[in-house]
Amino acid sequence: MKYYTYFPGCSASHGGAKAYDQSAQAVAKSLDVELIELDDWNCCGSTPYTSVDELASLCCSARNLALAEKRGLNMVTPCSACYVILNRTNLSLTQYPELKARVDEALAAGDLEYSGTIKARHLLDIFVNDVGYDEIASKVKNSLAGLKVAPYYGCQIVRPGPGFDHPEFPQSLDRLVESLGAEAVSFPLKARCCGGSLIIPEEDLAVELIYKLLDNAASNGAQCIVTVCPLCQTNLDAYQSQVNKKFKTNFNIPVLFFTQLMGIAFGIDGKTLGLAKCIIPAEKILASHLRK
Amino acid sequence: MPGGEGINLCIQCGTCSASCPNASRMEHAPRALIALVRAGMYDEILSSNSMWFCLSCYLCTARCPRGIKITDMMHALECVAARRQLSNARTRTPIMYRSFSDFVYSIGSVPEVGFMTHFFLLSNPLRALKMMPVALSLLKHGRLSVRARRLKPEAERQYRAILDKAEELEGTL
Repeated sequence: MKYYTYFPGCSASHGGAKAYDQSAQAVAKSLDVELIELDDWNCCGSTPYTSVDELASLCCSARNLALAEKRGLNMVTPCSACYVILNRTNLSLTQYPELKARVDEALAAGDLEYSGTIKARHLLDIFVNDVGYDEIASKVKNSLAGLKVAPYYGCQIVRPGPGFDHPEFPQSLDRLVESLGAEAVSFPLKARCCGGSLIIPEEDLAVELIYKLLDNAASNGAQCIVTVCPLCQTNLDAYQSQVNKKFKTNFNIPVLFFTQLMGIAFGIDGKTLGLAKCIIPAEKILASHLRK
Repeated sequence: MPGGEGINLCIQCGTCSASCPNASRMEHAPRALIALVRAGMYDEILSSNSMWFCLSCYLCTARCPRGIKITDMMHALECVAARRQLSNARTRTPIMYRSFSDFVYSIGSVPEVGFMTHFFLLSNPLRALKMMPVALSLLKHGRLSVRARRLKPEAERQYRAILDKAEELEGTL
């Protein structure tokens, strides 16, 4: 059994990406990984808070690290935004002693201290590096042979780096997809931006970026896309209709969390994996692989 | 200031601007922005839309041959502009960031419906109509949270104490 402090983040715990949390928990169980949720964690602050109030955003994410340090286990999150922010907090605290002094003072106001020992890791990193591809392949009950998958990394899981994979040409998700029996199609834009949170204030520019990604995946024969981030999934899935309207296309590509794809291969039922929460239905392309 | 330190190393090669998915929408693309910072032209920078179009995709940072943390610099410029409460009619991003951050600051989580309502009320309520088809499809699939996740009272007090202290210290920076 492997144990981690689990930081689901707002989207996966209470927001639009509950299917990510559900499928992550189910798959982790199959792999003998125990995800122990951090008690009373708060939002990591994400990009917006970092961009309006630097010190407060650092204190806000440092509280989570300090709580995790009390428990002593490394932290794992399924969300790329939480991942980048928690790591950035660690780096800022190491590099800027003056800033750290202020963060320490603020944490002390809440009777907390943080000495910097907690590493924040992404769930994909845990699965491919701590568990490993062979172990994952050994749990496959329904091989996904014949399924063409575009592995989409997005930005913040690999950049700024150095992280657990290459910042521009990552491979870990490709190899994971292949260890499930599926084919990882060539996807040159796999580590390019989906528009992130700018989908809300600047929809037009984000929809254009989403179009490029969908077009790239589709023209390489992908039947579905897998993602490692709640926001990427929402942008590619929920805004596909807007892309079709604006660019006169007819994309109909299901967008799954990588944990959902793993769950299908492991023989976990669609309900547990939250498949019905996909806006572009995934059942059709998965029909021959889903547990009845 | 994190992100500010490396800019004297910039050789103005333009790798950042060429890598940025949004450079064409910025009044000053990243390379020009660095030149402006070095020239001390802060009014010009802070009143522009440039940093608000940063997607935080970190492609510029990953590629910079001089190791400059350009994305962090963008965030730092946004913080300064936000603190000075500069309004910028050419981008709605500052309002969105503010709406999001208000929720983080006050309750430590971001309920989607509350945050979006807050944003549309502050920016342009009519734009919410355009968003309706997407919102409805999310709702239909059980993906719009109305109820906010709340911390337990004791944790909430701790969170409040930390952030209030942070706000107090911010003023001393």
